[in-house]
Amino acid sequence: MSMIEIENLTRRFGAFVAVDHISFSVERGEVLGFLGPNGAGKSTTMKMITGFLAPTSGTVRVEGHDVQRDPIAVKECIGYLPEGAPLWADMSAGRFLEFIAGVRGLSGAARIDRIRDVVAKTQIGSILAQPIDTLSKGFKRRVGLAQALLHDPDVLILDEPTDGLDPNQKHEVRQLIAEMSEEKAIVISTHILEEVEAVCSRAIIIANGKIVADATPAELLARSDQHNAVSLQVEGDIDRARQLLQDLPAVSSVEVRHRNQLFVRPKGGAQILNDVGMAMRGHDITIDEIHIARGHLDQVFRSITTVPQ
Amino acid sequence: MTNMLFVIRRELAEYFATPVAYVFIVIFLALLGALTFFMGSFFGRGQADLSAFFQFHAWVYMLLIPAISMRMWAEERKSGTIELLMTLPLSLKQVVIGKYLAAVIFAAITLALTFPFWITVNYLGDPDNGIILAGYVGSLLMAAGFLAIGSFISALTKNQVVAFVMTTAACFVLIASGAPIVLGFFSGWAPAIVVDFIASLSFLTHYADISKGVLDLRDVVYFLSLIAVFLFANMLAVDRLKAE
Repeated sequence: MSMIEIENLTRRFGAFVAVDHISFSVERGEVLGFLGPNGAGKSTTMKMITGFLAPTSGTVRVEGHDVQRDPIAVKECIGYLPEGAPLWADMSAGRFLEFIAGVRGLSGAARIDRIRDVVAKTQIGSILAQPIDTLSKGFKRRVGLAQALLHDPDVLILDEPTDGLDPNQKHEVRQLIAEMSEEKAIVISTHILEEVEAVCSRAIIIANGKIVADATPAELLARSDQHNAVSLQVEGDIDRARQLLQDLPAVSSVEVRHRNQLFVRPKGGAQILNDVGMAMRGHDITIDEIHIARGHLDQVFRSITTVPQ
Repeated sequence: MTNMLFVIRRELAEYFATPVAYVFIVIFLALLGALTFFMGSFFGRGQADLSAFFQFHAWVYMLLIPAISMRMWAEERKSGTIELLMTLPLSLKQVVIGKYLAAVIFAAITLALTFPFWITVNYLGDPDNGIILAGYVGSLLMAAGFLAIGSFISALTKNQVVAFVMTTAACFVLIASGAPIVLGFFSGWAPAIVVDFIASLSFLTHYADISKGVLDLRDVVYFLSLIAVFLFANMLAVDRLKAE
């Protein structure tokens, strides 16, 4: 049984279809990155998984519980960080976690242990007594994250968990997600593509409410036309070098970048490093620097999500 | 039930974590004191009872209850915390009733702080304490009624000012429909049954009965059913509008 099973999930707002018949499932051990342009339906989908928003049609099951029929059971399984990490401004962070612990049914020693654990994991020990209102954006986000982790849920739904964090904090949160990934099913939404490469085992890209890609980050990278492209810096006759490379059968295009830098795109993502090296030999052209481009996820993202209308 | 207690505790703590509670209590007591002594001529009446005090409650509530109720849902929706609240393992009923009961408890605390009036009148004379107790019960029922209306209206908007103004207007209509000037307007031409119906809608009519010491079941039922209707509407409103 999958931890999260989504079938034909649809949500309309009036005439606008925010989420359009999407289906996917998430297994334990997976970290699913939910990608898409703003307004693509990421948050709407997450709101439906967590039972905040009722679907227009379709089903969501979390650990076998149908979110429509048994919302409380679903909410018990899930730790959820809503978009923007909303928190009650007038409460102190410590009081806030105690309230969540109470509602989550934690009491006595378990409550103290769990609070201590998430406070350590999210590193918010120094600000527990402060009203949430007075916290920085990074601390607020981490208090929201602590709240989601408090009952040690099997399913984590995190809507932009690293938004507003500085690079160090981002790294820590990603590490935290990676540490937990083995025993949980985690869905994170983000528009930071490096994050997908860093923590996700799988990525779903949605645009206009539909799933347009569902693959591992490596597979997505392979879709880039820059994937396995070779970038090299040469000394000698640059036009000659360009012509030689263009004549190679596996090369689709050669671009001159800067004065003496060439960018060679392969046909169909083929490995062309060797061919490129061989072609330059014996023509009085020396290679100063050469490397393989892995491709850019944001380029794949752009090409997938900006389909001509 | 325990989950509802957590909601109530959190809400109550929030009232007292901000100046809202203290400002409210001070203004409530000051306003009620001023009205009782100056307009109600508490001493001049020469009677050992609290009717000079209780007669103003409806009007003071009309001004101040919306100030409590306006933030109940409007703020949760505006700040997005409603999403946090509604994705915790709590039922809609637990959240709506929990928040409402916290507001009622807060109103009860405020009302209880008027105890010096009770002590004063007992010191000065020999009042019927049963009537005074009935007055307090009636006053709390009225506050609870206004809070139910206010909570419902607060769920309809994200804007606290809109919630405040709408609630004040609704409270005014419910009080005024029992006032002599309104009933006089209708009694000239409308059949008696219509006039009675309009009067029976009013908080004042039912409150006046109770504060005379007559704890009539019909008056209690009036308030409780009004509260039930508005809390039910409140749940529907929250469910429909929470994600917008």
